Amino acid sequence: MEEIQSLLQGFAVALTWKNLLFMFLGIVLGVLIGVLPGLGGANGVAILLPLTFTMAQTPGGTTTAIILLSCIYWGALFGGAITSILFNIPGEPWSVATTFDGYPMAQQGRAGQALTASFTASFFGALVAVVMITFVSPIIAEFALAFGPPEFFSVFLLTFCAFIGMSKEPPFKTLASMMLGFLLASVGTDTVTGTLRFNFGSIWLLNGFNFLVAVIGLFGIGEILLTLEEGLAFKGKDAKMSLRVVMETWKELPRYWMTAIRSSAIGCFMGVVPGGATPASFMAYGMAQRFSRDGERFGTGKVEGVVAPEVANNAAGTSALLPMLTLGVPGSPTAAVLLGGLMIWGLQPGPLLFIEQKEFVWGLIASMYLGNIAGLIVVLTCVPLFAAILRTPFSVIAPIIVVICAIGAYTVYNSIFDVWMMVVFGVAGWAFKKLQYPLAPLVLALVLGDQAEASFRQSMIMSQGDLSLFFSNLLVGSMTTLAVVLLFWPLIALGWKKLRER
Amino acid sequence: MAGNEGERPALRRRGAEIAVALVMLALAAIIAWDSVRIGARWVADGPQTGYFPLYIAMLVGGASVVNLLRALLIPREKNRTFVEVRQLKTVLTVLVPTAVFAAVVIWTGIYAAALAYIAFFMRRLGRYAWWKVAAMSAATVLVLFLMFEIWFLVPLPKGPIERWLGID
Repeated sequence: MEEIQSLLQGFAVALTWKNLLFMFLGIVLGVLIGVLPGLGGANGVAILLPLTFTMAQTPGGTTTAIILLSCIYWGALFGGAITSILFNIPGEPWSVATTFDGYPMAQQGRAGQALTASFTASFFGALVAVVMITFVSPIIAEFALAFGPPEFFSVFLLTFCAFIGMSKEPPFKTLASMMLGFLLASVGTDTVTGTLRFNFGSIWLLNGFNFLVAVIGLFGIGEILLTLEEGLAFKGKDAKMSLRVVMETWKELPRYWMTAIRSSAIGCFMGVVPGGATPASFMAYGMAQRFSRDGERFGTGKVEGVVAPEVANNAAGTSALLPMLTLGVPGSPTAAVLLGGLMIWGLQPGPLLFIEQKEFVWGLIASMYLGNIAGLIVVLTCVPLFAAILRTPFSVIAPIIVVICAIGAYTVYNSIFDVWMMVVFGVAGWAFKKLQYPLAPLVLALVLGDQAEASFRQSMIMSQGDLSLFFSNLLVGSMTTLAVVLLFWPLIALGWKKLRER
Repeated sequence: MAGNEGERPALRRRGAEIAVALVMLALAAIIAWDSVRIGARWVADGPQTGYFPLYIAMLVGGASVVNLLRALLIPREKNRTFVEVRQLKTVLTVLVPTAVFAAVVIWTGIYAAALAYIAFFMRRLGRYAWWKVAAMSAATVLVLFLMFEIWFLVPLPKGPIERWLGID
């Protein structure tokens, strides 16, 4: 087993004192980010990304840097559940489904049990996804080495079509938001010919719009404005965690093995096909409700109702890294930010990474195992501390978060213009969120826009403008067909339902 | 309390939907126009620079027209509140200082601006005592300075105060 050997080498890379230190630091920062309003996985990682620039210059530093950033992500995935259960406020969109049964449990004084179940479920989901990444990603990477521009474009197409078809938001709003991302990506320098476009004579626009700034504005500032509307006070339940509660919950959990397996399958699938963690958690909750013996009592504080979405969202969030590492196509906004980090450090994401940067890739995969164990330990022991942080008044926390967001936006390119753009994106994020324009497609299109355009134009040059190139062989053809099917999925599902009713 | 002044809608959903759709349409139009200007056709060596953006702009425009029509068709009884007067006031009391903060960074540097911003926010929205405001904002700025300038070696914009203190 070549993978096992590579993984063991990866553990050797990841298991240095320095890396372990940054791992715990990342997890603690991540949980904090997941708990605080206005900071989430995507913008949290984006803000802290500039801190790794100097770190990545040292030998082996890129591995430490990615361990730090990915652990922030794991921490945020764990941390989202804390606010859902204790405060009935989902810290992250993917933990909305956790509030359904988690908050009733907290109201009944079973917060400790709910939190233990949620953290353990998160850990299980992430673990399944990491095992899948370990064994599946080398295969996909090898396969993808033979990809040319048409294949890459069909992967992009699949990504974007999946978003529109799987989205819970109105399809035309998803389309508009995604295409807006492409438009913003096209501003600046044309990557194929090197000519300038759409800068309208402004030097500020020469570099185009930076997606990290967009992420910080849309998710960070936008989220703070939304939180403000709801009022400034948090009222939460107390969590009493003790070893006894943890042990008792663990004794109960194996009963839900079927739910856990089903949810992790949903999560892994939705994470790789970029449906994202949020729909995965809802889907897993719905399935668990349908198949559970006491499904009708869901929503009143069932442990199973906490396990199902938490397994799924962590499995999805983690497996979103699989397409990022193997194809250079991120499955979620946070994965997109990590991808941006890789590019800034001078690594080219994609199949070649597995050959040229073996140490980096396997160090990262090994750190996923270790990081999730570290995460479980940190969240189980530190919940009261994090809950206490949430009780600090919003009028103290909010300005500090805004200042940190501004610093994050500035440091990406040392440009003050980016701080202004952050405010603009913040207002846009606030309006978009309220009008159900999804933000994730915009961010992904902004990240992938240049590459998608380049691969499209290179393909068109290859075929001299013949679109049938995208159906020219089995691989490209099946991916393009799948993309079209996913795009029209809501219509197909509707038609199928009508046909069955007849 | 129903009929309360603060709960009066400042903007209804339809208005907000229309505004967003129109902004998107305008952006699409600008890009489409500039795409045509720089060349959006197919020439001997392949697609021109504006080729791909032109189609994207057309997609944004098309989707926005659909969203605009759907907004216009929202029936009166379903035209829910987009933002209440009281909510809008809260949002603006934060948004305006934030915009000012972002705007003055270019002259004052980030530390002085952050100090003033955090202090204003805590005093105005939190109504804290002056000594608490001063202590908290100064401590935050000091921690930020140590973290970025000294530990992680990331220089941030500085202004006249830092120059006067001799740390720029």
